[in-house]
Amino acid sequence: MSYPDIVVAGGGNAALCAAITAAEAGKRVLMLEAAPKPYRGGNSRHTRNFRCMHDGPLSVLTGTYGEDEYYNDLLLVTKGNTDERLARMAIRGSQESQPWMEAHGVRFQPSLSGTLSLSRTNAFFLGGGKALVNAYYRTAEALGVEVLYEAPVTHIELDRDRITRVDFTHGGARHSLSPPAVVAASGGFQGNIERLVEAWGPEAENFLIRGTPYNRGDVLFNLLGQGVQSIGDPTQCHAVAIDGRAPKFDGGIVTRLDCVPFSVVVNKHGDRFYNEGEDVWPKRYAIWGRLVAAEPEQVAYSIIDSKSKDLFMPSVFPPVTADTIPELAGKLGLDPQKLARTIGTFNASCRPGTFHPTELDGLATEGLTPPKTNWARPITEPPFYGYSLRPGVTFTYLGFKVDETAQVQGADGPVENLWAAGETMAGSILGQGYLAGFGMTIGTVFGRIAGREAARYV
Amino acid sequence: MFEQSQMERKAAARIDEARRQIEICNACRYCEGYCSVFPAIMRQRSFADADVTQFANLCHNCRGCYYACQYTEPHEFDLNLPGILAEVRTESWERFAWPSPLARLFQRSGTALAVALMLGFAVLFWAAQTLRPESGEGFYAVMSHGLMVSVFMPAFLLPLLALFVSLRRYWRHVGGQGVGRSQIRQALSRAAYMKDLSGGQGQGCNFEDEDRFSNARRYAHQAVVWGVFMCFGSTISGTIMHYVFDWPAPYGLLSLPKLLGVPGGLLLTAGCLELARLKLKAEPALGARRVWAGEMGFVLLLGFVSLSGLLLYASAGTAAVAVLLPLHLGAVLTFFLLMPYTKMAHGFFRLAALIKDAAGN
Ligand SMILES: Cc1cc2nc3c(=O)[nH]c(=O)nc-3n(C[C@H](O)[C@H](O)[C@H](O)COP(=O)(O)OP(=O)(O)OC[C@H]3O[C@@H](n4cnc5c(N)ncnc54)[C@H](O)[C@@H]3O)c2cc1C
Ligand code: SF4
Ligand code: SF4
Repeated sequence: MSYPDIVVAGGGNAALCAAITAAEAGKRVLMLEAAPKPYRGGNSRHTRNFRCMHDGPLSVLTGTYGEDEYYNDLLLVTKGNTDERLARMAIRGSQESQPWMEAHGVRFQPSLSGTLSLSRTNAFFLGGGKALVNAYYRTAEALGVEVLYEAPVTHIELDRDRITRVDFTHGGARHSLSPPAVVAASGGFQGNIERLVEAWGPEAENFLIRGTPYNRGDVLFNLLGQGVQSIGDPTQCHAVAIDGRAPKFDGGIVTRLDCVPFSVVVNKHGDRFYNEGEDVWPKRYAIWGRLVAAEPEQVAYSIIDSKSKDLFMPSVFPPVTADTIPELAGKLGLDPQKLARTIGTFNASCRPGTFHPTELDGLATEGLTPPKTNWARPITEPPFYGYSLRPGVTFTYLGFKVDETAQVQGADGPVENLWAAGETMAGSILGQGYLAGFGMTIGTVFGRIAGREAARYV
Repeated sequence: MFEQSQMERKAAARIDEARRQIEICNACRYCEGYCSVFPAIMRQRSFADADVTQFANLCHNCRGCYYACQYTEPHEFDLNLPGILAEVRTESWERFAWPSPLARLFQRSGTALAVALMLGFAVLFWAAQTLRPESGEGFYAVMSHGLMVSVFMPAFLLPLLALFVSLRRYWRHVGGQGVGRSQIRQALSRAAYMKDLSGGQGQGCNFEDEDRFSNARRYAHQAVVWGVFMCFGSTISGTIMHYVFDWPAPYGLLSLPKLLGVPGGLLLTAGCLELARLKLKAEPALGARRVWAGEMGFVLLLGFVSLSGLLLYASAGTAAVAVLLPLHLGAVLTFFLLMPYTKMAHGFFRLAALIKDAAGN
């Protein structure tokens, strides 16, 4: 290993953008990726698009998506919990990043089938996030960036306002380097169940982690423990409801379940607990993780009948199928009488009307608590189908506080030679909620800034 | 009997495995932009065996969807769509071939191909020795025109008949309907540009160096296809000149048979060599491992057909003709006779799959 000018901790989108930018500025860059090569790229390898501002048609994006509209969308989901200056930087940076991404090997395509609602605002990666990650690794290696896999950073020594040492393990041995500059781009801590339990409570044992198990927050907690400033609520994470049969880690996009609006959702006691038809699914997708997390044993069951089977994107696991509701309950491990009663009550409260699967149709229940305010059709036509739901964590909000140059803020001002990018500082911009495609925007824009600033420094 | 049913069981297990992977892809769709397979998958929600066979024949093994997949081994979903589709595809060619056992033999075994080739040589040497004409010019001094025709007419027509039967079996299996002109036009244009090896945007496939995109395989394949057509055109034009214009070989360099045959032969030779080179670099687990040797043997056979043809032309008028002519014709004979039972059949199945797919667009 040569003596690098810059060490980048991480191997996802933000790390790659930083490494490429710094290498193009002529610096020797070493990337330390905790994961083995087949799993390189963190959560970025699970992504499909990035949200991109554009004042006119841009690559695969049609029409316009201006700064203010973008910012308003962000305000809506974060309920104002954002840093306007940084947020606008990310938004403006996205427009200029799109051609940069293409120039560095990323290919785009029009929005995927089944995601029409995102065709104006989000640019989709041809082949998805792993293809993007592969392209960046090729570009980085051609620029002379050195990459070590299975090289987790274990400690970053902070001496007052300077990083003086980076410790990591590789090939069964410990190593230390004292590079002039460091970029932290090592994601959130959702891969670390013990930390999730600490923050959230014992329920977190039952959470599924949608992305990489390698984002354990080791760099994050290590530096926060040395007095670096944090931002974002440590007790919060972004969770959606996914198929309960998904793997504990890395199930990715295919484990999502879009059947909720057309279904009746019950907890393990067979009781309904929330309005399944509150809004169109893309807008309600994100709250169901929390809803399920609050139910006993963090599990719920979504029940549909054959009328609704083909109304949502196909799911990765086939549904549990039965000809009667009690039989279905048996197969799902629910009390048959109870489920039959819940469904019966629900059916009796449905009213005639026109059902319209793709818009709010106002087809609501009457006299039911909680109500179902749209798409309320009786569950009557066998076969009946059931899916189990569990909370699937996408990312955590806790991160480093950074300024407009992506520089990490220590207890008394900036750390002279430490920058951060991506999920590990996203809490500065995304204090709560989530806007589809914004994670990659933050990683790309701030990754490039971090790379540029670190290169300028050394 | 036992062997047969075991084979069927294995084939069924392969289709089930392909279906499992296809269902994951249908929930994901990230690879939608790479080729025709994904849009075809996404038109449906459940997949019968015949659908799986059709997708397998649409797949050109560009491997883009392997390297882009977040679920490849060691992930527990263990996706390897190019690999499993290649297995299902070659199995389908074996099953639909008429007669099937021949395909089972020659698709898989490079050795069997080599033995067949030796036999082809032997037959032609024997014919050249024992039936040597009294008189004749050029090649016909070594072998009479009548003899060549009486060997090659059936050697050409029989395989076509066999292919016709195979394709009809395929078409019925996948539920193909009547075919419209625009459907054919669409399929031919996709085949001509090798759209399914373009990576969707012209960057090519991920064949010889992991996730690096390259058009090497696409262009080599084009060279082979155009080489075959030009060589074929050369033979046809020669035949027409012979019968219609009563103008027998040998032909000069500026005659139609030579204008087509020489560049065609060069293209074909170069294309085959490049395909063989790429195949050596490619990861075998992403293709049909069982037939690797048979496929390699076939590429080399085809390359030998064109190379020996070129050498034969270059050696016109020398004593080498007596050796090269039977070698070349022996290779041609083997190539034609084995057409329905080797990788050559893939061109016909692919086209059928593309035509079927065009109906769904
Ligand atoms: C299923 C899923 C789908 C998503 N889809 C989208 C989408 O379509 N669009 C979008 O914008 N966002 C999406 N997101 C969010 C998006 O993945 C993240 O916002 C983004 O990838 C963050 O990039 P990053 O580089 O900061 O982190 P990551 O890509 O997660 O990279 C972190 C890297 O750090 C490494 N690492 C961790 N700890 C250490 C250590 N101690 N030492 C060394 N290396 C370490 C990890 O191995 C990893 O390589 C999705 C998330 C999930 C889970
Ligand atoms: S091959 Fe993998 S990434 Fe591509 S569509 Fe299938 S599951 Fe998705
Ligand atoms: S290998 Fe290529 S052609 Fe085959 S399914 Fe995958 S992307 Fe399509």
